[in-house]
Amino acid sequence: MKTVRIQYFALLREQRGVSEESVTTGAGSPGELYRDLRKLHRFTLPQDRLRVAINEAFGSWDAELRDGDTLVFIPPVAGG
Amino acid sequence: MSFTLTDTPLDPAALMRGLADVRAGACVSFEGRVRNHSEGSRVDALDYEAYGPLARTEGERILAEARERFAILGAACVHRTGHLVPGDLAVWVGVCSAHRGPAFEACRYIIDETKARVPIWKKEHYAGGATEWINCATRGPHAPGAGP
Repeated sequence: MKTVRIQYFALLREQRGVSEESVTTGAGSPGELYRDLRKLHRFTLPQDRLRVAINEAFGSWDAELRDGDTLVFIPPVAGG
Repeated sequence: MSFTLTDTPLDPAALMRGLADVRAGACVSFEGRVRNHSEGSRVDALDYEAYGPLARTEGERILAEARERFAILGAACVHRTGHLVPGDLAVWVGVCSAHRGPAFEACRYIIDETKARVPIWKKEHYAGGATEWINCATRGPHAPGAGP
């Protein structure tokens, strides 16, 4: 098990009801963790509509999750 | 070169003065403003939200790419966060170059890439009170693949 910090933005923040949380998880990757959290919190966005940031940089869904990582699941962007 | 997020109103004249360069014969700017309509609905307000650290690094990367691709002297992009109403300036891009061609091309590149890549989100508030996070629909007419 490892503990990671998750920050939520936009639609995911509203659906989760908080801006950030710490999660202790057995998931091995951001992709596995998002699948677990999506089921738990009924996030509407499927993983293939999101990108993931690990420690403030774009990362890979199958990266190895490490204790202390900060993750952001990035909904489709809409600046401008 | 700088990419900035701010929660206060943008001043295009002051921003353009920041790009002053006597080598520049051309300065092009783009102003993205809040529209009062979206796909047939009246829009009363917008909320912009950004993931600051990554928005800044990705925005700086876009400006660096513009500098590599086009013969420009300076470029900047500033994006608003917070609550905006129709007519407000949401994003400003400015580019200076010796001649006009690269300034126009780089300005277009920077706004297009910013809209496509920088983690900024927009929530529209419609007349009647409904709201929607743009590009985030998963059912209904705005979902991917549902359109014509």
